[in-house]
Amino acid sequence: MLDTADFSSRLQEIIAAHLPMEGPLLPILHAVQAEWGHIPEPAVPVIANALNLGRAEVHGVVTFYHDFRAVQAGATVIKVCAAEACQAQGGRDLVQATLRAFGLKDFGTTLDGRVTVEPIYCLGLCACGPAAIVGERLVGRASVERIQEAAQ
Amino acid sequence: MKVYVPRDAAARSLGSDQVAHAVILEASRRGVSVDLVRNGSRGMVWLEPMVEIETAEGRTAFGPMTPADVPALFDAPAKHPKALGPVDQIPWFARQTRLTFARVGLIDPLSLADYEAHGGLSGLRRALEMDGDAQIDEMKLSGLRGRGGAGFPTGIKWDTVRLAHADQKYIVCNADEGDSGTFADRMLMEGDPFTLIEGMAIAGVTVGATKGYVYIRSEYPDAIFQMTEAIRIARLNKLLGPMLLGTGPAFDMEVRVGAGAYVCGEETSLLNSLEGKRGTVRAKPPLPALHGLFGKPTVVNNVISLATVPWIFANGAQAYKDFGLGRSRGTIPLQIAGNVKRGGLFETAFGMSLGEIVEEVGGGTASGRPVKAVQVGGPLGAYFPASKFATPFGYEEFDGQGGLIGHAGVVVFDDGVDMLQQARFAMEFCAVESCGKCTPCRIGAVRGVETIDRIAQGDAAAMPLLVDLCDTMRDGSLCALGGFTPYPVMSALTHFPDDFARMKEAAE
Ligand SMILES: Cc1cc2nc3c(=O)[nH]c(=O)nc-3n(C[C@H](O)[C@H](O)[C@H](O)COP(=O)(O)O)c2cc1C
Ligand code: SF4
Ligand code: FES
Ligand code: FES
Repeated sequence: MLDTADFSSRLQEIIAAHLPMEGPLLPILHAVQAEWGHIPEPAVPVIANALNLGRAEVHGVVTFYHDFRAVQAGATVIKVCAAEACQAQGGRDLVQATLRAFGLKDFGTTLDGRVTVEPIYCLGLCACGPAAIVGERLVGRASVERIQEAAQ
Repeated sequence: MKVYVPRDAAARSLGSDQVAHAVILEASRRGVSVDLVRNGSRGMVWLEPMVEIETAEGRTAFGPMTPADVPALFDAPAKHPKALGPVDQIPWFARQTRLTFARVGLIDPLSLADYEAHGGLSGLRRALEMDGDAQIDEMKLSGLRGRGGAGFPTGIKWDTVRLAHADQKYIVCNADEGDSGTFADRMLMEGDPFTLIEGMAIAGVTVGATKGYVYIRSEYPDAIFQMTEAIRIARLNKLLGPMLLGTGPAFDMEVRVGAGAYVCGEETSLLNSLEGKRGTVRAKPPLPALHGLFGKPTVVNNVISLATVPWIFANGAQAYKDFGLGRSRGTIPLQIAGNVKRGGLFETAFGMSLGEIVEEVGGGTASGRPVKAVQVGGPLGAYFPASKFATPFGYEEFDGQGGLIGHAGVVVFDDGVDMLQQARFAMEFCAVESCGKCTPCRIGAVRGVETIDRIAQGDAAAMPLLVDLCDTMRDGSLCALGGFTPYPVMSALTHFPDDFARMKEAAE
């Protein structure tokens, strides 16, 4: 579905926009993910070619960083802080309760594709934890209710 | 009527956007004209969203505010149920020595005019009048040490880069701030981004670098937005560009966004990431100062190190050095977090004891239960029991107690915490975030989780294995991720042995 002419031309546009930068690979990958919600496999050889890199090298970069997704996430992404300062404020329970609230046994995406729940290691909201980010909305002193509300 | 409602991420996470919206609505309902400023946070996070109004007596505060509390602001502010009085008289605030954070929360973060009116740019102006030797002497005399964790003297690092010969040098600001319990970099970038720009410009002038990068973690969308805007405004006003402030040498900078790897806070991993590579750690030497970004001499400094430079140049190195304790000179923005009554950012001279920080400033736990442990310095920092509360906050002082100050995060836990679980988490985190370059870290951390699980199941024989494993990781890791993970693990085991014996007793 992705290797249409549209996909190619948009990808070329993204690459061209970043090519003058020093070290353009991460900015390109961020832009690709912003466009398609993940790093589509067919994009890898094209990017590699444009930057004079090996395909394996680009693939290696994509897989190194937690942010880059191989497949699209759910419509709403909920990241619950799993780091120490939030643990001290009930963060461990919040992680479990959030998973339960969306019918998940573990981190991942619901079957209907509506929600992805993931851990995040610190949002810098450690003095008002536990913290979460729902889509682009930050939630301090989070509860399952406030997370669900933000996910509406 | 001038009203301040923070745009800081912590304030926003507690509803400050809705409060700001309510201010606009109420003003238009009453036909009052308001000048609404979205400032940074004053750092009293338990009072956020904290609204301020400019009055004849200065700025008065109200908090924590909800949209429902807003209409009463327009009636009799002094009688408002959430009134806190003048900001500078709130004891928590008055007790601080705010040098690096002086303008955070005070000014409109994206107004260059406001910035200058509050002392901004005077450091850069003074630096531009000095020659290279004088600039370096100023830095060395200040005693400023890296606030990113390692505590290396900033002036000495800069001098190495300055003396290196190269066609291109770089200033790289480490804004990866991955340590749990820390948010000083975030608050500074959101609340006073021009200070960081000015600090990087002074660094550029001093070492002869013309290009800077701020590498900000992707978990900080607000800081990324604010820094990007500030750089654009600085360029527009010729603060940055071919001639600094229209007279100086060239210096420009840009924001780069991380991609969710904790290890990319390590400086050489960060440089690899900026170059578009996997964020694996490079062996040192060569030092980044000589062989850094794209192989060029590079200053890598933490946000707070760089953002403190303008104050030093504006007020003089000696004035900075006069604060502090022992070899820890100046001030440190403490980040008080976790299960604590009054959490937030508290800037003070080095030397306050951990007990004072937790009990007096922080007010003890939010739950009201006794403090059991305090983790200082992020996920690689040790857990301190209350018996070590006399330790004064300083690099050497914490080192002497088997800990580190790191980026000055102080995370409080009440007696509900299970220290075995905290030790397990430290190993798990190391396993997840390891760059994979060395075996003691990559494999050791996975073994560490397994070993702690055995201890949890009552296998006492696993205890010496854990100690050995920690020794191996400490001695055989290339960087502090593998090398320092033993700090939280061993401190938990040493100071809270009961938590590791619990299961065994249950099994007997
Ligand atoms: C695993 C790891 C993570 C680190 N994370 C950070 C970080 O997020 N921010 C930071 O400034 N320094 C971090 N450091 C320290 C940097 O390697 C480096 O010492 C620092 O950026 C130098 O700047 P400074 O001298 O101003 O502190 C980290 C080190 C390690 C080993
Ligand atoms: S200690 Fe861990 S993170 Fe550091 S270089 Fe080795 S494998 Fe990489
Ligand atoms: S530890 Fe959760 S926001 Fe920092
Ligand atoms: S190289 Fe990182 S601790 Fe020595």
